[in-house]
Amino acid sequence: MSQTTTGHGGASHGSLKSYLTGFVLSIVLTLIPFIMVMNGSATKSTLIAVLVVCAVVQILVHLVYFLHLDSSSEQRWNLVAFAFAVLIIAILVVGSLWIMWYLNYNLMSH
Amino acid sequence: MSTESLHNHDSLNAHDAHGHHDAGAIKVFGFWIYLMSDCILFATLFATYAVLVNSTAGGPAGKDIFELPFVLVETFCLLFSSITYGMAILAMHKGETSKVTAWLGLTFLFGLAFICMELYEFHHLIGEGFGPDRSGFLSGFFALVATHGLHVTSGLIWILVMMAQVSRRGLTATNQTRLMCLSLFWHFLDVVWICVFTVVYLMGAM
Repeated sequence: MSQTTTGHGGASHGSLKSYLTGFVLSIVLTLIPFIMVMNGSATKSTLIAVLVVCAVVQILVHLVYFLHLDSSSEQRWNLVAFAFAVLIIAILVVGSLWIMWYLNYNLMSH
Repeated sequence: MSTESLHNHDSLNAHDAHGHHDAGAIKVFGFWIYLMSDCILFATLFATYAVLVNSTAGGPAGKDIFELPFVLVETFCLLFSSITYGMAILAMHKGETSKVTAWLGLTFLFGLAFICMELYEFHHLIGEGFGPDRSGFLSGFFALVATHGLHVTSGLIWILVMMAQVSRRGLTATNQTRLMCLSLFWHFLDVVWICVFTVVYLMGAM
């Protein structure tokens, strides 16, 4: 079997450049939130916004540069499965928090 | 197994080679589906943690027990192990067997450092009486972080198995498919860790 076989599809290949780009971006996106929280100078709402944005961007960086998820036809079903998982996760997490928060609220206020 | 080796030796047979390519692709896609279901497992644990985070029952809250510099080092261990695994995959595509094993070994060491640090943290917390039985918050914390740790541990075992497989049998098509699956698994664990350090440690220490 030739070693250069391309397309062990379902996951396309990266290049050295794409791995290093992802690596450097990840380092920056890790250091920003850690330094901001350790400094403790920013307000709580600013911190939360920065944390969430950095985490979401870093997850996207990992998906694109390390997991090589893209919208090419070879990757289409990976992307569909991923989108479905995100939907389920959103329902699960938001739904749990919503329900439990209202439960707390209704039990505590009386 | 016998058909696998047939395919490996019969590289002239274009049809079989194509069949094998498809089989590899389908295996990697199937593994991706498994990872998505694993995402949902972690999402339930995150939801549980988020619901329980304020239930400290008079025990410590996140900001009393989390050491951010320690967590930052853990995070960099995982990040370094991600890039070294990437290098292993690049070496695999060039067919450089010994480099693949070397990069896998380095990935293993970074992953092992991460796990040792996590075990040290757990041991330290439990020693201080802040085990999972102390409060709802700590139950949620241990369930979430230890599940991630167990995944990393199984990843480490898988890396060792692949190092043995690659040095014994070389970069066969089967081994390449397995290395691609392990690649997805390893990078996926780093993605989960991003959520863990953001939601648990950073938001907890604020």
